[in-house]
Amino acid sequence: MKILLSGTASDSHTWNLVYLRLFLEEHGHEVVGLGPCVDAELLAAACLRHTPDAVVLSSVNGHGYRDGLDAVRVLRTRPALAALPVVLGGKLGVVGRRQDEEVRRLLDAGCDAVLGDDLDALRAFLAAGARREVPA
Amino acid sequence: MTADTATGPSGSGFGAFVAEASAAGRLVVQPRMGFGDPGHMRTGLARTRAATAHTVGTLTVDSYTRVGALAAARAAVADGARLNGYPIAAHSPDTTRAVLSGLRGPDFPVQVRHGSARPEAIVRALTAAGLDATEGGPVSYCLPYGRTPLRESVSAWVRACELLAERSAATPHLESFGGCLLGQLCPPGLLVAMSVLECLFFVQHGLRSVSLSYAQQTDAAQDEEALRALHRLAAEFLPAGVEHHVVLYTYMGVYPRTESGALRLLEASARLAVRSGAGRLIVKTAAEAHRIPTVDENVRALETAAAAAALAGAPAPDTAPEDGEIYQEARTLVETVLGLHADLARALPAAFARGLLDVPFCLHPDNAGHSLGFIDPAGRLRWARTGAMPLRPDTGADADPYTSAGLLTALRHVADRYDRDSGDGPDGPDGYDRDSADHPDGSGRPAATPLSV
Ligand code: B12
Repeated sequence: MKILLSGTASDSHTWNLVYLRLFLEEHGHEVVGLGPCVDAELLAAACLRHTPDAVVLSSVNGHGYRDGLDAVRVLRTRPALAALPVVLGGKLGVVGRRQDEEVRRLLDAGCDAVLGDDLDALRAFLAAGARREVPA
Repeated sequence: MTADTATGPSGSGFGAFVAEASAAGRLVVQPRMGFGDPGHMRTGLARTRAATAHTVGTLTVDSYTRVGALAAARAAVADGARLNGYPIAAHSPDTTRAVLSGLRGPDFPVQVRHGSARPEAIVRALTAAGLDATEGGPVSYCLPYGRTPLRESVSAWVRACELLAERSAATPHLESFGGCLLGQLCPPGLLVAMSVLECLFFVQHGLRSVSLSYAQQTDAAQDEEALRALHRLAAEFLPAGVEHHVVLYTYMGVYPRTESGALRLLEASARLAVRSGAGRLIVKTAAEAHRIPTVDENVRALETAAAAAALAGAPAPDTAPEDGEIYQEARTLVETVLGLHADLARALPAAFARGLLDVPFCLHPDNAGHSLGFIDPAGRLRWARTGAMPLRPDTGADADPYTSAGLLTALRHVADRYDRDSGDGPDGPDGYDRDSADHPDGSGRPAATPLSV
């Protein structure tokens, strides 16, 4: 799959992005990396330009739920991106555990999966996404 | 070694406070603490002040304010959302004054730590609240902190230095974050050089009180050598009359996950600070690997570090060379950059454009990205590739690109060492003997248990 890998608007961490690129490439994916501090408009423009098969958003600075929500909402306003698979993960809040209400809000806004830091779940999500690509 | 921690004009302010403590043989300890809620922030400062340690206070700024998204910071405050720091430009100067009132004073200076490549709004907000000490640098708050072009960061930092110098009542203080950069896997020569270069930049733009940083890395002896090189280069390059001290950061990379591992790494940094004559230590808490720490966790870290420092005794006589490999590397880099142009606002971007400075693993478009650091079998940080920098890579290095697993092993090298159960024998993971005076609880620690989060 062609994957667009991106940090979120307020998050400047990059070791997560460096790591995830290697991880995704080793699993056979093609990766377009946008780097850190990508706001929702820049993300949407990059999706339209690169036409990826899926978007992997990574956020570890504790603002991930808010930044992720902004990003997903903007992507879903663009008709061409309405069905693009989007997954968000990392250390999303500041309290160190999953916040169910925030997760629900993201799913309601059209995020396909909210994964915390579970890489097996990411692998599974992409594997399922790849299968959806194959015509039945 | 000579205590250059107290050089420069005596006076009031953040730098003078640290100089006085050093003269009295006390390490100043400081948290990295920031909360969105002003009441919570005030509690944190009050507890820092009251801790059993010689402390200074910190306002760590949130990520929205750092990237200049002030509307997002205000919206988060309005929603009551929990932020990863104090939104100093979203709260009014009166609110910040109320947070500080009765706490900040000559006996308890407070510094603003932010991570912004465009810091003018933050400097305006902090000076409007009567503060005069902050941190950063045109390179160290740009390359690791987002996508602002380096030249824009340099211009913004010129204005920020001037604003700070103009608007502060007392002697303003500015600390370089150059000794940290991305926090891990960058060999010490470049960290030391960046600290010296950024402090020279601050001086070129009107500052007279600065601090040079260095972040603890993988090997205690190598760190000690780096800190001695930093002291020496500061004395050689900073003009007479500029007050300066060295500040050590407890490990800034992937942190131990267990409570005992986290606290032992913190204690090792406190001993390193004392051995190498640092004036100030900025601590990490046992929550570091997991989430934003609570006030209690911050206080515990401050007190743990202060106790370890007190037990460490006086600075060691020179055991690490002052003019060894790290000194030579750092000096070469500093001289190469100054050789491009005397004005660092021009020399620094030119140096990055030519790859003469090149931060390993940095994704920023203005960084060449041809250098590579690695941890050698003895646990020291070295260069696998140096790109166009005027440095030689290690001959024994494996210059192959990292795999994801290899990268994770390198990133977790320090954490794993400290998280491993205490089968360390008489030597701690920092490689220093722990006699009973140095480390009273060295043998009797409980087995490492994961911190509940
Ligand atoms: C190194 C570091 C930095 C460096 C970063 C340099 C850089 N350019 O990357 C510096 C010092 C500059 C820095 C700055 C800041 N940091 Co920082 N940083 C760290 C630290 C110590 C290590 C991060 C690291 O290298 N990880 C290695 C990578 C490989 O692991 P990872 O990022 O955790 O990602 C893994 C998983 O999360 C997962 N994952 C990540 N993304 C995704 C996505 C998906 C879909 C999936 C499935 C999985 C997944 O996969 C990765 C591999 O396992 C961590 C704490 C720690 N872990 O010890 C704090 C930490 C991440 N930082 C933190 C914060 C808050 C900041 C700051 C905002 C400052 C502040 N207020 O304290 C600023 C960032 C400013 C901004 N605009 O965002 C907090 C976040 C708090 C939270 N989430 O609750 C942490 C946890 C420290 C703490 N306890 O306070 N930081």
